[in-house]
Amino acid sequence: MLLDPKIPEGKLEDKWRNYQLGSSLINPANRKKVKVIVVGSGLAGSGAAATLAELGYEIDCFCYQDSARRAHSVAAQGGVNAAKNYQHDGDSIWRMFHDTLKGGDFRSREANVYRLAELSAPLIDHFTQQGVPFAREYGGVLVNRSFGGVQVQRTFYARGQTGQQLLLAAYAQLSKMIRAGKVKMHARHEMLDLVSINGKAKGIIARDLCTGEIKSFAADAVVLATGGYSRVFRLSTLAIGCNGSAIWKAHKKGAFFASPSFTQIHPTALPQASEAQSKLTLMSESLRNDGRIWVPNNKNEARRANDIAEKDRDYYLERKYPSFGNLAPRDIASRAAKKRIDAGYGVGKLKNAVYLDFKDAITNLGLETIKDRYGNLFKMYKKITGIDAYKEPMQISPAAHFSMGGLWVDYELMTTIPGLYALGECNFSDHGANRLGANSLLQASIDGYFILPNTINNYLVKELKNERHTIDHPAFDQATSAVTNQINKILSLKGSKTVDHFHRALGKVMWQECAMSRNEEGLKGALKEIEQIRDDFWRDLTVTGTADEMNTELEKALRLADFIELALLMCTDALDRKESCGAHFREEYQTPEGEALRMDEEYAFVSAWEYSKERFKLHKEQLSFNNITPTVRSYK
Amino acid sequence: MVLTFKIWRQEDKDDKGSLQTYKVDGLSEDMSILEALDHLNEQLVLKNEKVIAFEYDCREGICGQCGIFINGRAHGPHDATTTCQLHLRSFEDGQTIVLEPWRAKAFPVIKDLIVDRSAFDRIIQQGAYIGAKTGTAPEANAIPIGKQTADKAMDAAVCIGCGACVATCKNSSAALFTAAKINHLNTLPQGKLEAHQRVKDMTNQMEKEGFGNCTFTGACEVECPESISVVNIAEMNASIIKTKIYS
Repeated sequence: MLLDPKIPEGKLEDKWRNYQLGSSLINPANRKKVKVIVVGSGLAGSGAAATLAELGYEIDCFCYQDSARRAHSVAAQGGVNAAKNYQHDGDSIWRMFHDTLKGGDFRSREANVYRLAELSAPLIDHFTQQGVPFAREYGGVLVNRSFGGVQVQRTFYARGQTGQQLLLAAYAQLSKMIRAGKVKMHARHEMLDLVSINGKAKGIIARDLCTGEIKSFAADAVVLATGGYSRVFRLSTLAIGCNGSAIWKAHKKGAFFASPSFTQIHPTALPQASEAQSKLTLMSESLRNDGRIWVPNNKNEARRANDIAEKDRDYYLERKYPSFGNLAPRDIASRAAKKRIDAGYGVGKLKNAVYLDFKDAITNLGLETIKDRYGNLFKMYKKITGIDAYKEPMQISPAAHFSMGGLWVDYELMTTIPGLYALGECNFSDHGANRLGANSLLQASIDGYFILPNTINNYLVKELKNERHTIDHPAFDQATSAVTNQINKILSLKGSKTVDHFHRALGKVMWQECAMSRNEEGLKGALKEIEQIRDDFWRDLTVTGTADEMNTELEKALRLADFIELALLMCTDALDRKESCGAHFREEYQTPEGEALRMDEEYAFVSAWEYSKERFKLHKEQLSFNNITPTVRSYK
Repeated sequence: MVLTFKIWRQEDKDDKGSLQTYKVDGLSEDMSILEALDHLNEQLVLKNEKVIAFEYDCREGICGQCGIFINGRAHGPHDATTTCQLHLRSFEDGQTIVLEPWRAKAFPVIKDLIVDRSAFDRIIQQGAYIGAKTGTAPEANAIPIGKQTADKAMDAAVCIGCGACVATCKNSSAALFTAAKINHLNTLPQGKLEAHQRVKDMTNQMEKEGFGNCTFTGACEVECPESISVVNIAEMNASIIKTKIYS
């Protein structure tokens, strides 16, 4: 199958406009006849559901949480990027496009990235209109700050709770359309399968998490906005319920999965303190604006941080990357931390952390300024660790964070299954091999608010002329039986190990072999180990309770079953890509200084994997760079 | 570390429910209270018993999904925190900890420690939004908003919707939740146009859902993870009167 990304004709800066000029429209009177399912209620999902409903479509929206407002977009702290050039510091759409493409190590599409930058400015207008209390100057205008991988100030923020404020704005707009009767919200429902009829996405099967009832929902198109899958590592910055099941089920029904192994490891999370830990809390990257990262110069340093003299400290990011310093991109900052920690310079109880120090910033800017900028983060840090970071440095450590990979989508955000769309983190499109900070809220919002509502018509206009289906179609029965059989099988295993036992085992293998640093031997070993975990899971798992009640243990088991299969694909992808790029660092391919060595001649393509008969088949979407020449990504 | 948990178990909304006692060992003070429940649930599964149903998602204090009444206090012994941010180092080895669900007429129990807070969603649906559609916004800096105004809106906007204010209030009032949302939007120029209708519709819905009246004890402010001030309630009450006069 030839992958057609459907990039519009014309110059880069004209492509989106050209696309809109050529796309189909649906008469407002006909829109109410169209039903669209949106799975996920984060920024991408809520934004899409609310906007499509405003346009007149009928929407069914689903989330597994008790309310749409809980979706994990809520946890993004630092901000959202936009090329407004309010700071008059040389920013432009072009520069933002350049930064994002370079930040992604030239493994994303030019046209998509340009559109992301182009639509960023109107997004800030939109959220301001929706009542987001962005940070302001005394004169009343909006404030910006810097983020990693960038030398201008283009990040808009609402204290350290930007994601929360954007999500609540999207949730508010969604609520407005629920009141208007245009959106039916199904909270505490989890999608367990996609229903396709004649190869097109026509509905979903979902489990009511309160009653266990398996329900069918039919629609003219299905939109997945289900977020990232880094819980495959078990310990991650994600919410505990975040999962890859919806996209994995779609993958098994024919949607190609792109760049599955590209996972961002965030440099500034709190270190793991014990085996029982369930979550690694993120400390916003914005802290690197003012905090300085260092480790002691001596291994086995026994002094407390404040007692270590300046000459005994190694500010390794400032030393290795003088022009970007502490604001080096995430992949680079994480890898540098890992190198220091692996070399024995780590700090903290388990020697698994580095220091993030605000002493100089407090001296230079004053305590009040630092409190104003990061107050809630310092408070959170104290709650979790018991340490006052105004007085001594924070201890931070890399943690699994964002999935750059996801379902393959074309310029219209449609997957390889007609009528199935993927938005936000669950698609692969804009971040290449590494995402820049404050670009995730941006991408999720733009996908939902601005892109999908403009592209989905092209498909729907044709579907309006075809035969419509209800849940009486046999495809719904088939999918329902498949789901019911899987649930019954899990409940009948009655083995001796818990879901968490297998998840811990999977997480350990993935963190060891498929995270910050990868090599052929390790990945081959990981594939064998994961197959073993899969076989043991289906032989020796035990889950109590029944199928027809609220059963949180069963929910976990269903998600883990999919994570295990997804992990196999991630390792397969990492093994196949014999180069280093962005977050994908293959030890065999590095420069003499230990930086990532890209192999553009062989690997300037997006890996899109097809699932067929329990095997993965690789398809390639060649990337061409007509506006920027890929260079070695240097932040020195 | 060994702790004794007394945990509310209730099969479903119609079940009467009762406190069950669990002695749990193998705990460490770095564990959060939710991780202690994970640990207990794992032991229950291995004993072929049903797990305890409890709420969580982000486990970093922002999503608002977790919420347990711990030893008689919403979100446990500390001020301004969520259940997920409470660690066992806050308890003594050997201590007994009582875990109960939020109790309020408008928050019926679904199972064990999980309650139905959809009443909050329905209050939001009655006007906690700005009526403008996607694509209609003016340039963001076209309407200047002073820092003090933006900060005041933000102080109210930080509500995480956990429901601790309702759970702790002797009247089960949702006044703090509703007031915070009203004040967030009514403070900003973008939200002022629909201010009166918003106040009217949201407070009507609040009453319809069966939340009690506010008698201004201030208990909600103490338990609020975001320390949202009760001044918001006073401002909401003033708005209610203004709304009655102007409409």
